[in-house]
Amino acid sequence: MAEESTAQNGATEERFEPLIIGFTCNWCSYRAADLAGTSRVKYPPNVRLIRLMCSGRLDPSFVLKALAGGADGVLITGCHPGECHYLEQNYKALRRVTLLQHMLAQFGIERQRVKLVWASAAEGLRLANEITTMVEEVRALGPLNWKQVSREPAAVLAAGNGHETDMSMPAGAPVPIAAAGNGQGVRTAALEEVTA
Amino acid sequence: MTASDNGKPTLAMYWASSCGGCEISTLNIGENILVVDEVFDLAFFPCIADFKVKDVEGYPDGHIDVCLFNGAIRNSENEHMARLLRQKSKVLVAFGSCSYEGCIPALSNLTSRDATLRTVFLDNPSIDNPDRVLPQTLVAAPEGDLTLPSFYNTVKSLDQVVDVDYYLPGCPPEPHQIWAVLQVVVAALTAGGPLPAKGSVVGTGEVAVCEECPLEKHEKSVARFYRPYEVNPVPGLCLLEQGLMCLGPATVSGCGALCPQVGMGCRGCYGPLPGVLDQGARMVAAIGSAIDVSGKPGDNEEALAHKVEQAVATVADPAGTFYRFSLAHSLLVRARNQ
Repeated sequence: MAEESTAQNGATEERFEPLIIGFTCNWCSYRAADLAGTSRVKYPPNVRLIRLMCSGRLDPSFVLKALAGGADGVLITGCHPGECHYLEQNYKALRRVTLLQHMLAQFGIERQRVKLVWASAAEGLRLANEITTMVEEVRALGPLNWKQVSREPAAVLAAGNGHETDMSMPAGAPVPIAAAGNGQGVRTAALEEVTA
Repeated sequence: MTASDNGKPTLAMYWASSCGGCEISTLNIGENILVVDEVFDLAFFPCIADFKVKDVEGYPDGHIDVCLFNGAIRNSENEHMARLLRQKSKVLVAFGSCSYEGCIPALSNLTSRDATLRTVFLDNPSIDNPDRVLPQTLVAAPEGDLTLPSFYNTVKSLDQVVDVDYYLPGCPPEPHQIWAVLQVVVAALTAGGPLPAKGSVVGTGEVAVCEECPLEKHEKSVARFYRPYEVNPVPGLCLLEQGLMCLGPATVSGCGALCPQVGMGCRGCYGPLPGVLDQGARMVAAIGSAIDVSGKPGDNEEALAHKVEQAVATVADPAGTFYRFSLAHSLLVRARNQ
């Protein structure tokens, strides 16, 4: 992971610009974004906002579809607890997003990539600051590139370890794993780190 | 050529990466199997009759009228057989959860091929493999070359490899549903009856398992979840309300809610409801709504988040639970290997 982000964000490379999909609720957080705009508060242009009527409208599959389709992160914003236009639907969003974050960790998707932020219609500056923080966090994590993950990743695997993707080895007799030099120990350790 | 030599339509049933439960369930249609035998000629059915792959290769294209294909695609042999049977079959049915959406074999998409091989051949406590030998696709022995299929990193559903005509879900599909579908096929073949539209999911209901489930239901507010061994469920009461994970809300009916009625939460084997893109995501939505947050305006937001965090932490293995049967067909398909 660390190696990959270094390679992606190396000094000679262009700076990685993460793509973040933002779901805002109509009543508070979209207006906060609006206020940030009319107040001329600056924040990075990496977030593409989609307005929902309420954060409780957010079906978790929206988040999965965004990530699977190429987004590097997803921001979900809603009214502060107790201030929902629909009484308590933002509580629903809180519970769903928390559960989703736990589940995504098992897919190797870092928690910082899916973020829930409360912002009232008066908090344009707060929302802009949260967006800036998230963009920097996701930039540090590097690209997600899920389309590459979900395709049959034989090529990805081949790049990461020394042995043939189809397990065929030229030797005529069974090859001890150490002698094959396929670096499985390293890969397994890395895997445990991700799934832990 | 449209049928076997005696003029009967031909039937095939094949297993790829599967457990054999689909075959058992098919034979469980009882005496109706005699009707199947009367109507069809078997063209290929390795579980119950002696056919060779050579026989299938020798058939003209489209020789098999109906092929029930069960099992996921997890190695090169599975994929080869899927392509061969697609070519030789007029109607190819993804039969059972494995070929429909990956099922249990696809849970290994949460890890990697290397980790799977390491567990099976090297690290398992019951393994004695001092030379650390791993299977090879090609080994030159004195008697000649020995080959094995190559093992994929990602388990796929049947329709991720070939074109599929119908899907019949379930792990395994319930015998009464199999028979209902076979009756439609028999009617179409013998009396020219109508067939469902291509791509249909057949042999299911149209509502959630909860609607078939007779357990008593109230509003759900779960502060912590339990694993089945931790509590004895109160009989007659919704399991989810008692903190026992049940995928009923996100799973299509058709099974008759068999599991909840014997105290085991729905595992989700019939797959998503019609129109749903991702069964696991629907389950996150459902379980998210069932978690207890007795908050009120002015509550400390951090304390609230902490409370939800604690409740969520009691959900054991969310990915493996919510995608127990549908990972290959999910939006994310697999976990990252890095």
